Amino acid sequence: MRFELMYESFFKILKGVPLTLEVVFISTLLGFGLAIIIALMRISDNKLYSVPAYSFIYLIRGTPLLLQLYFVYYGISQFSFVRESFLWPILREPFWCGIITLTISTGAYSAEIIRGGIQSVSQGYIESGKALGLGRISLFFRIVMPITIRQALPAYGNELILMVKASSLISIVTLMEITGIARTIISKTYAPVEIFLVAGSIYLFINFIITRLVKYAENRLSIPGA
Amino acid sequence: MLEAISFGDAGWGDEMLMGAFWTVAVSISSILLGLVIGIIFAGFKLSSIRVLNLIAEFYTTIIRGVPELLVIYLLFFGGGSAVMYVAKIFGYFGYIELQPFVIGTLAVGAISGAYSTEVIRGAVNAIPRSQFETGSALGLKGFKLYQKIIFPQVARLALPGIGNVWQITLKDTALISVTGLVEIMRQSRIASGSTHEPFIFYTIAIILYLIITRVSNIAFDKAEIRYSRGFIKRKIS
Repeated sequence: MRFELMYESFFKILKGVPLTLEVVFISTLLGFGLAIIIALMRISDNKLYSVPAYSFIYLIRGTPLLLQLYFVYYGISQFSFVRESFLWPILREPFWCGIITLTISTGAYSAEIIRGGIQSVSQGYIESGKALGLGRISLFFRIVMPITIRQALPAYGNELILMVKASSLISIVTLMEITGIARTIISKTYAPVEIFLVAGSIYLFINFIITRLVKYAENRLSIPGA
Repeated sequence: MLEAISFGDAGWGDEMLMGAFWTVAVSISSILLGLVIGIIFAGFKLSSIRVLNLIAEFYTTIIRGVPELLVIYLLFFGGGSAVMYVAKIFGYFGYIELQPFVIGTLAVGAISGAYSTEVIRGAVNAIPRSQFETGSALGLKGFKLYQKIIFPQVARLALPGIGNVWQITLKDTALISVTGLVEIMRQSRIASGSTHEPFIFYTIAIILYLIITRVSNIAFDKAEIRYSRGFIKRKIS
């Protein structure tokens, strides 16, 4: 074990933490919005909504994230009409390609989690809401959503950890977050075990904090005595 | 465009199919390695020996909390020297280089093993205590008890979970394209680099993965029905 190297590389790898957190934060936020829309489409009785939502979820969950990233980063930019369009300043940046891919991915996975949550809301609550005279939108935001969030939170916590892990893939499109820096140090020093331990501990620490936060939120949202 | 994906020397069709073959091959060998690891570590987790519990807990926590890519880098850069280190103990001092296929199997197998551990542990826990007691009442002990009474039931209960692990494993093999194994991912990179048609080749890769997923879903559904004979009502047709 080369402890001095581990000590030095710890501070180098730490510089990648803000980028990892930034990417995870932005794409989780955008992905959550996307997930709600897809989940609502998925449970709709109208096939015009439910079939595209189902196909989208199937497509994303059935293919590797790396492939989705390559598709966005290399595949779409092949066409000159894309390169000439207003989207090009976004699609040419590896950062935004990473955000787009991770948003789409977490959108599909979280949609299934949220769908499960929405479907767990019992008909009685919805009928009570209607009896109180709530309209469709306030029924959704005041009755369905709070119960859904409580129900879906444990599974969503897992999804957050998967997002932190998935964000490591953006290092392949040249972004220097935790894994990217770790890889560079490994290929320079040829000390894979030491660097793995350092980078791995940082990831475990981040995921530990997330688990705690989710647990805290679960306790806050749980019904006392229930 | 059609020329690019045709079979034979001019096109990349046969190469892409070869890539799909390697994806499936490395996925199968990884999940098999993962199942072996899973059975051993599930045993560790269920054992009453505290050290074994800790080892198994340590392993699953690390694998499930650290990005797959990092595990793959660890084995890609460190796997060869680890094997040479072990070989030295046995008196072999030559240079050993691991094949990308072997590194891929070790890395993805180690990841897959952590998930299998949890699935198998859950399945063993789901078996009622009375099954163990009945077994010992019949005079079955140790391995015999597991072989005759527990494992057949674990197989049935673990199957849906193993189906999920299979999907994860299949998708994780895309990451070992960074180690140089020419599976679907790597092959589509090579093909799009040489033809300047990344859109077509990544679309083909998506289709290939979806086909593999679909076929394996059907296979797992069939297996589930087969293993739950006697537990579900037969459809009367």
